[in-house]
Amino acid sequence: FPFPLTYIARLLRIHISERKREEEAESNQNSFAAMAPRKTPVVSRNPQLIRGVGKYSRSKMYHKRGLWAIKAKNGGVFPKHDPKPKAAATPVKPSKFYPADDIKMPLPNKRKAKPTKLRASITPGTVLILLAGRFKGKRVVFLKQLTSGLLLVTGPFKVNGVPLRRVNQAYVIGTSTKVDISGTNVDKFDDKYFAKAAEKKNKKGEGEFFEADKERRRASCHKTRRMTRRLSMQHCLNRLRQCQI
Amino acid sequence: MGFKRYVEIGRVALINYGKDYGKLVVIVDVVDQNRALVDSPDMVRSQINFKRLTLTDIKIEINRTPKKKTLIEAMEKADVKGKWENSSWGRKLIVKQRRAALTDFDRFKLMLAKIKRGGLIRQELAKLKKETAA
Repeated sequence: FPFPLTYIARLLRIHISERKREEEAESNQNSFAAMAPRKTPVVSRNPQLIRGVGKYSRSKMYHKRGLWAIKAKNGGVFPKHDPKPKAAATPVKPSKFYPADDIKMPLPNKRKAKPTKLRASITPGTVLILLAGRFKGKRVVFLKQLTSGLLLVTGPFKVNGVPLRRVNQAYVIGTSTKVDISGTNVDKFDDKYFAKAAEKKNKKGEGEFFEADKERRRASCHKTRRMTRRLSMQHCLNRLRQCQI
Repeated sequence: MGFKRYVEIGRVALINYGKDYGKLVVIVDVVDQNRALVDSPDMVRSQINFKRLTLTDIKIEINRTPKKKTLIEAMEKADVKGKWENSSWGRKLIVKQRRAALTDFDRFKLMLAKIKRGGLIRQELAKLKKETAA
């Protein structure tokens, strides 16, 4: 052999892939001699014996792939297509700003944080025991997990003084007791609800803005909390307690 | 004075150590000085050391190494389960098990019940005190 087998095989593979691409290009271009778009996915007709070595030789593959038929169809020559006209290159403006030093840019980080995985024992309506914070030791009803991963939780306020609050899963024990909160609507509450009132830069009216924001919150708070309370939680909890004792 | 509970065929015993801890079991045969063949409706017949058994007051009428079916019948006839659960020992064990299986909510209810009971007791005591004082 003038050339090693692997070299030939590599040439073959490149050739085949080129041809395949040409075929695809042909069908894409809708030329007169184009073939219909492939309905079955491209599968190699030349199975690999070992990586880099195909079963069939060049001439065999020529026949298998029907290149003789393509030639015959095109009058003894391989069909040639003019390259697509390139779109006029947009004039590249020279940049106005060249930084003085070569600053190292950090690599882009495209990670998206997922909310923490919720323990299997914690489902909406579970009674949780708070382990830390102002309300440690209190038993509290779990409403839902917020997008930040924190748990939305409430006393209910009338029962034990724990308001609508966010709590980290790690500082919580999930009990086996569940309360039916199917009626409560907690869609309104999310992390934004708990965000601190944005401090305005206008120093003159700072006090005013802060109070206004708080008031807005309180108003919406009251209404929805009343709903949540009356709809299920208080009701269910008391019912539970009454029927057991 | 003397022993009241003997190792004999038909003696009901409680396993106090090992995988079958807490099971009520009938002595079905004696293997040697230290071991007995022991059986229970929910258990495969096996040998066990006497040290792992605590004898109870309950005894049933069986022959040596009865068939499982015969054993179960004899146990039903003697009402081993009923006698056990009504005995003070059996009752204490059941209470222990229940206490161990309490959930947080159960413990809360228990606390409220105790408070209530305590309150009632104190009321009665107050009444009695009043009577004696008067």
